[in-house]
Amino acid sequence: MVDALFAVFHRPNFLTFVIIFLWGFYIMVTRYNLVKKLIGMYLVQTSVIFFLVSISAKKGATVPVLLSTTDPVQVASYANPLPHVLTLTAIVVGVATLGVGLALCGAIYRQYGSLDEQDILEKLE
Amino acid sequence: MIFSYEIPLLLLLLVTAAGAILVKDLMSAVLLLGSYSFFLALVWAWLGAVDVAFVEAVVGAGLATVLFLLTLFRTAPKDTRLRRPPPSLTTLIIFPLLGILLLYAAKDLPGFGDPNSPASVHISPTYLKQSYQDTHTPNVVTSVLMDYRSLDTMIETVVIFSAGIACALLLRRQRR
Repeated sequence: MVDALFAVFHRPNFLTFVIIFLWGFYIMVTRYNLVKKLIGMYLVQTSVIFFLVSISAKKGATVPVLLSTTDPVQVASYANPLPHVLTLTAIVVGVATLGVGLALCGAIYRQYGSLDEQDILEKLE
Repeated sequence: MIFSYEIPLLLLLLVTAAGAILVKDLMSAVLLLGSYSFFLALVWAWLGAVDVAFVEAVVGAGLATVLFLLTLFRTAPKDTRLRRPPPSLTTLIIFPLLGILLLYAAKDLPGFGDPNSPASVHISPTYLKQSYQDTHTPNVVTSVLMDYRSLDTMIETVVIFSAGIACALLLRRQRR
């Protein structure tokens, strides 16, 4: 038990990730307003990307841009570039899907005159 | 050392995320979400991921906030005061359980900042060592994104293109 708590507080990035991920997920499930749900979705996306990027960090390492192009590369002095590449793609695709979600919200509002889930369900019946 | 500056930045991140969630006015929530994105970009710059930080500052803090604001301007301002329903019993049980499960798994993760963590020893040294000989670009992230994985990046533009088409079709004015 004490061991587990110790392990968590030695990884503050992971603790932050868990809090933001679960809180955003909770907002997605419970709130009625559609824009609020999308805010929760955005928090979930960015928290997962945050976790992946913090895996790539190394103590005492710099950004993955080679300082000298002639010397042999010291691997431990550059951050791991692969999670960066994957998350670059994930951020852009995430914002594109967020834009589709917001456009859907606009279309729903034009059709039903509300963004509240309960109101929309009443009008659907 | 990078990691001692991290705690205040992570606290700022948590505070802005909590603000975006707890504030009742949707307009303020969206602006707080923009500042959350910006602090996220700052944290990533501290962690050494400058390319990701640029993209988050431009696309996350800029474009996403603009998209949210445009949606809020299109929909009526009377909808911006929110109801907060009481949580059901299922969510009250499931979410703390999920949180405890995730935190229980924390001690199996490699330590953050460990140069010998599994993610950093398998294939990434090859990319770091070979990329300049192969592509003549000092920035390893760019060389992986635009050279080794250029097909992926090309297909990604197809995804963005179809998302743009979907937005245009959804927001088209219907002729009556």
